[in-house]
Amino acid sequence: MTINTLAKGGWHRDQMACFRKMEKVIVAMQDPDMGMKMRNQRLLITVIPHAMTGRDVINWLMQKYNMCEEEALHLGGMLVRYGYIYPLKEPRSLVLRADESPYRFQTPYFWTSTRWPATELDYAIYLAKKNIRKQGELMEYEKERYSVLHKRINHTWDFVVMQAREQLRASKQRRKADRIVLECQEQAYWLINRPPPGAYNILDMGLERPNNFSTRVTLNSDYYKREIEFCRRALGRNRVKSSICLEGFVKYSEQYLSHDPIMQGCLPSNPWISDDTAHWTMNTEVVPIPSRLRVERWSFSFMELLNDAMGRREFMTYLEKEFSAENLCFWQACEDIRHGENSRIVEKVEEVYKNFLAPGAARWVNIDSKTMDKTLKGIQHPHRFVMDDAQMHIYFLMKKDSFPRYLKSDLYKNMLAKAIVPQEVKKSVFPFMRRQRHSSPSPAQAVAQASEEEGRA
Amino acid sequence: MRSPPIPEMATQEVQLSETLAHLKTESDTLKGKLEEERAKLHDVELHQVAEKVEGLGQFVMKTRRTLKGHGNKVLCMDWCKDKRRIVSSSQDGKVIVWDAFTTNKEHAVTMPCTWVMACAYAPSGCAVACGGLDNKCSVYPLSLDKNENLAAKKKSVAMHTNYLSACSFTNSDMQILTSSGDGTCALWDVESGQLLQSFHGHAADVLCLDLAPSETGNTFVSGGCDKKANVWDMRSGQCIQSFETHESDINNSSEADREVAIYSKESIIFGVSSVDFSLSGRLLFGGYNDYTINVWDVLKGTRVSILFGHENRVSTLRVSPDGTAFCTGSWDHTLRTWA
Repeated sequence: MTINTLAKGGWHRDQMACFRKMEKVIVAMQDPDMGMKMRNQRLLITVIPHAMTGRDVINWLMQKYNMCEEEALHLGGMLVRYGYIYPLKEPRSLVLRADESPYRFQTPYFWTSTRWPATELDYAIYLAKKNIRKQGELMEYEKERYSVLHKRINHTWDFVVMQAREQLRASKQRRKADRIVLECQEQAYWLINRPPPGAYNILDMGLERPNNFSTRVTLNSDYYKREIEFCRRALGRNRVKSSICLEGFVKYSEQYLSHDPIMQGCLPSNPWISDDTAHWTMNTEVVPIPSRLRVERWSFSFMELLNDAMGRREFMTYLEKEFSAENLCFWQACEDIRHGENSRIVEKVEEVYKNFLAPGAARWVNIDSKTMDKTLKGIQHPHRFVMDDAQMHIYFLMKKDSFPRYLKSDLYKNMLAKAIVPQEVKKSVFPFMRRQRHSSPSPAQAVAQASEEEGRA
Repeated sequence: MRSPPIPEMATQEVQLSETLAHLKTESDTLKGKLEEERAKLHDVELHQVAEKVEGLGQFVMKTRRTLKGHGNKVLCMDWCKDKRRIVSSSQDGKVIVWDAFTTNKEHAVTMPCTWVMACAYAPSGCAVACGGLDNKCSVYPLSLDKNENLAAKKKSVAMHTNYLSACSFTNSDMQILTSSGDGTCALWDVESGQLLQSFHGHAADVLCLDLAPSETGNTFVSGGCDKKANVWDMRSGQCIQSFETHESDINNSSEADREVAIYSKESIIFGVSSVDFSLSGRLLFGGYNDYTINVWDVLKGTRVSILFGHENRVSTLRVSPDGTAFCTGSWDHTLRTWA
């Protein structure tokens, strides 16, 4: 056999790691003490030793990894697909059957990982052997490939035929049982490394990635200077203990538990399960009466309130009562600058200045003088982030002051009180009756209609 | 006869290499210090903190919808904010917009390249972005006119020097974040196609990115073939933090200074291609190369469930915006919604 050349690329590394893990399982399966019990299997008139049934494989995996039958069948199935175990009956069907079907372990010599990728030369020798041994034993697709190879590596064809003849001669000197086993093993190897057309190609790696490490990074002084800069910045940053951070995460997931439909279900029902879209209808962006969970969520954090269109609207109403609505308007206008088109930044910044920052502006916002000075200077050369500091100031003002008071206000408490708690609707009484799945208008449609109306107005 | 080396040049060379060695030492020392600082604060493991949390019971999730229509491997998908529509892209060059609830196909675009590895739905629901081997990210407004060819209105936004691996709209339809096989990420203005910010620092292909919105500004995380996950500040373009981890390429990223927990099991042999958290963050869904989805209890570190159904690798996985379901795309040409 020829020498294998290492394939480049990250996918090779990943694939080899998988092979090694599968091989660990295979070795454990053949362990003299803890491995599987094997026995002789009869194939036509010959007795093949060291074979096992599909059922044996599944039972062993279930026991060793404490897994259910479905998972054992799946894992065992992968071992067959990758050629570590091959079927004795129906060799072309690389499937693990949970019955008395006989299987055998592939010899490490023929593991895909041993000489990967399989070479054209070796394939040619294999096909030549089949051809010589029994004229007409090659299948249609093998005949085609054989002639393609013959053209492509014609210059080494003498070697191919010579090797084929030599290997056939050597095999004739073996016992019949051994010969059959070797033929099975070799056939299994090629069914995986050169699958028949239309058959599943387990070794399909997808797109090969370039992944050139060393050619990209030159370890020169610039590189080290950057690394030093990065480390200095990182060392200067505030850090928290793991316990604080992790406890925060645990609290977060507990707080949101009842809002997590996959964890706790949702009311009236999960549309994907019940085919009923009521849950979505009740929770559209703007509804007459929001659900209780939704209103509760506004109290989790200021960001939650602002992220919900209805929440923002309610908060605006509250601020109007307090004569500080300009804060929220300003914040929204700044968001619009940050996330809007480049081309409209200048005009939007001017608008914001006119409405919120200029002396005597209609909706003047109260920013500290230092921030105001910095912002006014920045406005002379407007850019996307020119309002950041001012926006941040107003954001934290609302968060620390108005937001907590809003949550204690009658406005919020009333909202919470009249919020809906939908009734749970269990699955249909007649489980086989499929509910009609109603389509919904595309978001694009809503926008198109709106702009049509605008056009007409 | 050879002339002797010029003395000044020789000393200059020596000086340069001394400076380089000097820099390397300083860099290594600082890195060591950083590791020390990080280690000092690592006072507890996640599963210890989660000891008092109740364990999870039996978990039943099934395929609720199967979307058939792609002619080759599905590579990427994204949810629309309306919680039921999705966009998916495939090796065959097609990008399809589905109403996953009814399983109807609503739009289809044929890209000029194969291997469309990235796709994203605009926040407004009125456009989709996609790209791949064409090295670009293009935005297609979704027209309702059945006769209109979507490709006619196509807008080329991003240009990289290698394949596009991931893309995502930021907070609006006007800005797009991309990552590429050329080792960089970039932020673009959709309307003009202008590059707003580029992010350099990965030493190899960048494979994925995820946004992390916060009160104080916007950051995002990117993962690459250099085994690093970098956190970036979108405004300055600087890398704020870098995590070196994993035995191989980082295919997917989801937001949390250090590796908090590793989710693995002896019987899991194949790599994971894509991950996402459930709404509360309690569950982590992983799509694997052995065609299964493993569901993990994030706090306890145990595997809660294994889901079967796909007949080839799971290449992409995302939880829906309201957390009612998650969708997977696979090399078996289909997408499935699970709940």
